[in-house]
Amino acid sequence: MRGDAARTEIVRPRSAAEAVSAYGQRPELLPLAGGTDVMVGWNAGLGNGRPMLDLSRIREWTRIVVGPGGVRIGALVTHSRIQEHAKVAARLPLLVAACAEVGGVAIQNRGTLAGNVANASPAGDTFPPLAVYEAVVLAVSPSGRRAVPLAAIFAGVKKTTLQPAELIEAIEVKWPARRPARQMFRKIGTRAAQALSKVVAAGLLWTRRDGRVDELRFAIGSVAPTVRRLHRVEDLVRGERLTRGLLERAEALVAEEIAPIDDVRSTAAYRRHVAGALLRQFLTG
Amino acid sequence: MPRLHVNGKARAYDGPAAKRLLDVLREDLGLTGTKEGCGEGECGACTVLLDRRPVNSCLIPVCQAEGQKIETVESLGSPERLNVLQEAFLTEGGAQCGICTPGMLMTAWSWVRGGGSDSPEAIRRVLAGNLCRCTGYQHIVNSVVRAVRERRRGRAAAKAPRKATTARAPRKRRKA
Amino acid sequence: MARSRRTSPPRREGPEKLCGRLQYVDDHPLPGALFGATLRSTIPRGRILGIDFDSAFPWSEFVVVTARDIPGRNVVALIEDDQPLLADGEVRHAMEPVALVAHEDRARAYEALSHVHVRYEPLPAVLTLDEAMAAEKTPAGAGSVFKSFLIEKGDVEAGLAGADRVLEGEYRVPHQEQAYIENNGMAAWVEEDGTLVVLGSLQCPYYVHKALKAAFALPDDRVRVIQAATGGGFGGKEEYPSLIAGHAALLAWKARRPVKIVYDRTEDMAATTKRHPAVVRHRTGVTRDGRLVAQDVEVVMDGGAYVTLSPVVLSRGTLHATGPYECENVRVRSRVLRTHTPPNGAFRGFGAPQTLFAAELHMEQLAEALGVDSLTLRRRNAFSKGSVTATGQVLGESVGARTSLERCVKRSGFLKKRADNARWNRGKNKTWRGIGLALVHHGAGFTGSGETYLASRAAVSLTRDGGIRVLAASTEIGQGTNTMFAQIVAAALGVAVDDIVVETPDTGRVPNSGPTVASRTCMIVGGLLQRAAGQLLDEARRVLGGAPATRQAWKKAARSLCGAEDERRFEVEYQTPAEIRWDDKTYKGDAYGVYSYGAVAVDLEVDRLTYEVKVRRVTAAQDIGKAIHPLFVEGQIMGGTTQALGWALHENVIYEGGYMRNAQLTNYIIPTSLDTPPLDVDIVEEPYSRGPRGAKGVGELPMDVPAPAIAAAIHQAIGLWMTSLPILPERLYEAHAPAARQR
Repeated sequence: MRGDAARTEIVRPRSAAEAVSAYGQRPELLPLAGGTDVMVGWNAGLGNGRPMLDLSRIREWTRIVVGPGGVRIGALVTHSRIQEHAKVAARLPLLVAACAEVGGVAIQNRGTLAGNVANASPAGDTFPPLAVYEAVVLAVSPSGRRAVPLAAIFAGVKKTTLQPAELIEAIEVKWPARRPARQMFRKIGTRAAQALSKVVAAGLLWTRRDGRVDELRFAIGSVAPTVRRLHRVEDLVRGERLTRGLLERAEALVAEEIAPIDDVRSTAAYRRHVAGALLRQFLTG
Repeated sequence: MPRLHVNGKARAYDGPAAKRLLDVLREDLGLTGTKEGCGEGECGACTVLLDRRPVNSCLIPVCQAEGQKIETVESLGSPERLNVLQEAFLTEGGAQCGICTPGMLMTAWSWVRGGGSDSPEAIRRVLAGNLCRCTGYQHIVNSVVRAVRERRRGRAAAKAPRKATTARAPRKRRKA
Repeated sequence: MARSRRTSPPRREGPEKLCGRLQYVDDHPLPGALFGATLRSTIPRGRILGIDFDSAFPWSEFVVVTARDIPGRNVVALIEDDQPLLADGEVRHAMEPVALVAHEDRARAYEALSHVHVRYEPLPAVLTLDEAMAAEKTPAGAGSVFKSFLIEKGDVEAGLAGADRVLEGEYRVPHQEQAYIENNGMAAWVEEDGTLVVLGSLQCPYYVHKALKAAFALPDDRVRVIQAATGGGFGGKEEYPSLIAGHAALLAWKARRPVKIVYDRTEDMAATTKRHPAVVRHRTGVTRDGRLVAQDVEVVMDGGAYVTLSPVVLSRGTLHATGPYECENVRVRSRVLRTHTPPNGAFRGFGAPQTLFAAELHMEQLAEALGVDSLTLRRRNAFSKGSVTATGQVLGESVGARTSLERCVKRSGFLKKRADNARWNRGKNKTWRGIGLALVHHGAGFTGSGETYLASRAAVSLTRDGGIRVLAASTEIGQGTNTMFAQIVAAALGVAVDDIVVETPDTGRVPNSGPTVASRTCMIVGGLLQRAAGQLLDEARRVLGGAPATRQAWKKAARSLCGAEDERRFEVEYQTPAEIRWDDKTYKGDAYGVYSYGAVAVDLEVDRLTYEVKVRRVTAAQDIGKAIHPLFVEGQIMGGTTQALGWALHENVIYEGGYMRNAQLTNYIIPTSLDTPPLDVDIVEEPYSRGPRGAKGVGELPMDVPAPAIAAAIHQAIGLWMTSLPILPERLYEAHAPAARQR
C-alpha cells in the first residue's frame, strides 16, 4: 500500500455550488465520488501529491428523480441504488442488469454510475445500456450547464470530452417510447462474478406488425477504445426482414465497426468472434 | 473531523482526512480484525458494513465515512459468545486460515440480518466479492445456509405463543 | 461420512478467527517499528555497475541496507546456496532484491525507493522454458540444468517394440500463483542480549531459523523464529519466508529497532515463488486389450533463476509421472532448467499436479486411440495391493486406488451423466456438456530417504499443574493442524480434546518437526506425537499404578514426574520404518512409505457461443487412510479441488520480458464463490499401519486430480483435446472455430 495520506489534500465541498466553484478554481483536483476506481490507483501510490475533490457531501446529487418522460440519476447514485429502484428496474432493465455486474456487491454499494462514466474505461459495463438508451450526461461548470449525449462523452481510453472544470451532476435517461420486442444485456467477463469484461453488449429491437425491423439499437464495449453503437448494422437492418442472409451480412459488418485488441484479459480474435456472435444471436431471437 | 460511529460507539479521529477507513480502523482504533488482502477492491478481506451495506474499506478515505454507521467483525460477537453466523461457521468449517473470514462474515451478516434467503445460489452471488483460497466455498455456503435457518428458527421461537401446559389428544382431521 | 462435534471438534482457534482477534503479522502491535521496503531489479539479467542514492534526499531519516551489510553469508540457505539475500554484482531475474530501506512511515519508505538508481549492464537472458530448451545445447545453456533424474524399470524400448499400439503426446502446464489472501509479511527485532527474533507468516519456522543463522553467523540459540497466525500458504510460504525474514532482520539488525515488511499484492505476486511450469512428453505402448506395457516419459521443468527447491519438486514430479498404474517397462527422464525469471518453488502438489495432468490426459487419449472406454482402461491397469510401482516398490498395504475410482464413478453417476451429456450434445442447445474422470496417487511425506534425513522431532509435555502441551514445529495455516494434534494426543491419553494446549511454533520452545509440507503433518508429526503421548501415559501409569482417569490423577502424576521442574517433556524422533528401502542413486525402491489415492469426476458445460466453461459439479473420492477430523479432511479436499479448477480454467500467469504482467487480483483470476460448483466429497479409508489411527496424507492430492478430469470433460463436450493449461475460452475458440467453420 503506497498511498500517502499525510500528503493527500482532500477538498470537501458541502454543496454542488461549492464543488463547481472549487473545481473551477483548481482544475488539477481529482474528483472523487465512490472511489472504486480512483482509490485503486491511489493505493498503488499513483495519486501521491495530487489533491482530491470529495463529492460525497453533495446531497443534491444523491437523488433519483423519476418523471413522466424518464429519470434523472444524480452523480452520486450508486450501482446498488439503481438496482433497488423499482421504476428504473421496470423501465430500464438493461441498465439495472449492467449495474448488477459491475464488480461485486461491495463495489456496487460504493461505485456510482456517473463515476463509471467519468472513469471512461473501454470496458465499462454500464456503457452499452446507456448507449442504447441514448442517455444524456449533464455536465456543470462555472460557465453553466452542458448536456452531452452518451455518444459524445467518451474521447478515448480513460478520456472523456468533459472540459476542464466540468463535473458530471447527473445522467438523464428517457424512457423508451415503446416497449421493445426484444432486449438483451450480456457481459462476458474474466470469470462468473467480480470481473472485468472482455466483451459487454446491450441491444434493443423494435419490430413492426409485419415482422420487419422498425429499429435496432446495439452497442458493444471492450472492443474499442470507447463503447460502440453499431450504426452501420442498425442501418442495414432497418425496415428489413431478418433473413438468414441479412443476419450473415450483419454479423460480418460487426467486425468492421469494432477494433478489439489483445491484452492481459483476452484476444482480438476472440472478442471479434463473440461480438459478432452476440449480435447474431440477438437478431435470431 | 467529527467523530466516527464504529460498532455502536462514537470514536474520535484526528489524522489525515485521506487516510483509508481500513487503516484508521486498524491503526488508530485498534480494530485489527479487518484485513488488507489486495488494495484493489478485489478480494473483500477489508469488508466492513457502512450503513448496513458491505463495502471495501481499502477504497474509502475515512472522511467519506463520517456520519455513517460503521460495523466491523468485532461487533458480531466474542469468543465466549459467538453470534448465530459465527456459530454456524464454527460448526460447518467455514473458516480455515481465517484471513478472509472477517470480510466474509460481514458480507454474510448483512445478508442474514437483512432476511436473505437460504438459497445456495443467491448466497454464492452475494459472496462473490469475497475471495477465499482455502475452502473452495462449499463450507462457507453451508455455514450461511445454516445461519439463515437458525436465525429463522430463533425468531419463530421468540414469536410463538405460549402453549397450554395440559396435553391434549390430537383431534381427528375431518375430511373436507 | 456422518459428522459430529465428537469426531470433528470445533476448530480450536476458530472463535478467535471468527471474532477477528487472532493476530496475523500485520496485526501485532510493534511499538517503535519501522516499515521496510525492497528495491528490486527492473531487468531480468545484468551486472550491477553501481547503486546511486539521490544526494538531495534526506537519507539520514532512513535505514538503508545493501549486500555489504550482511554480517554472515549472503545466501538464502536452503539446498544449494546459490541464491543471495541481496543481489551483489549481478541480478539474475526481474524483481530480484537489491537493496532495502526502512522508515517509520510506510509511504515514505516506498517513496525512498524511487530515489535509488541502480546502473545495470544488461546481459543476455533466457526468459521462457522454450528458450531454455532451445539454448540447452548451446554455450548459453551451460550450467542451466539444476537437476535431473532417471527412473528405469524393465526395458522400455523392448516394451514399445512389442506393443500393439504406441501413442505419443505432449502436455504443457504453466506457472500458478498461490494467491494466499494474506500477503507475505515478517517482523524482526533484536533483543537486548543480541538474540535475533523474527515473527511472521510462514509454514516452516526451522527453515527460516537455518537461513538466518547463515546470514547472520549466529548460533542456534541466538536466533528465534515465531510463527504468527498465517493467512494461507499452500507452499508459497515454505521457502520464500526465509528471504523476507532475512530482509526484515537485516534492517532490524542495522537499525536496532523492530522492523516490519509486509508486501502489497502486486509485489507479492510478481516477486515470490510460483508453481514450476512444465512440458511433459509421453510415449506409451499398450496391448490390444488395454494393458500398459511401456511408459516412456520426458519431463522438463522451469526452475527460474535459482535452484531453491527445484530438485525436490522435480523429484516428486518424476516419481508420479507414470500415474497410478501397473507397467513392467518404464523410463522417466526429467530435468529442471534455469531461466532468468523469479525462482519457482513449492505449491501444493509440488511437481505432481504437473506430471499427473500429463499422465491422466494421456490415458484418456490412449483410450480413444484404442477404441476403449477410459474407465475400462483405468480399471485394467490401476494399482491394487501388491502392485509394483515404477521404482519397483511393492504396494503392501493401504491401496485405495480402485475403491476411490469405483466410489467416485458410482457417486457421481458418471456413466449415466456421460450418456445424458452425449444426448444433450446432439441436440440444439446453447451449451455442450461433458463429464470427465481422473485417478491419481500422491506419496505422503518426504520422498525416499527424505524423512530419515529430516529426523523430525515432536514432544508432549506435562506441566507441573497437570497441563498437557503439544510442542511441534508444524504450523496451523488453515488445514487444521492445531485441532488435529489435540485430537491425536487426547485420544492417546484418554483426556478431553479441550484439555490439550498446542503451543505456538516458536523455535525457542518447540523441536524441529520438519516443514509443514508434503502432506506429512498428520501422518509423520501426528505419528510422533502419538508416540510421545504414549510414553507420557506409560510414565503416568508407572507412578500412579494405573492410567490417570481424572484431572486430579493427572495433577498427581505431574507432581511426581516433574519434581522441581516446570514441565516434563517427552520428545521423540522419527524412526524410518524398517520396511522402507530406498536407493537415492538409482532412484529405486520405496519412494514413499505409503500413497494416498483419489478420483474425481467433473461435470461441466461449454457455452457454444462464447466458449465459457461452467463447472456444474465435482465429485471427489479420496483415500486418506483415516480421517482424524472428517470435516477438515473434506475442507482440504474442497479447497485443493478449487485451486486446481482455477489452474485449469482461469489462472494465467502472463510473463513478458521475464516479468509478470498481470500481478493483480484484478487480472490474475482465481475462482469466486460463483465460479465454484457444489463440491461433493466421499472420504475413503484404507488405513495405513504406520499412520496415527491409520491416517496418511491429505492436503495435496486434491490438487492433482481435477485438471486432467476437466480436460477429459471438455473433450466429451467439444471433441477437442486441450493439452495445455489454462483452458481459456479464447483457446477453445481458436481450437474449435476453424474446425466448426469447415463443416
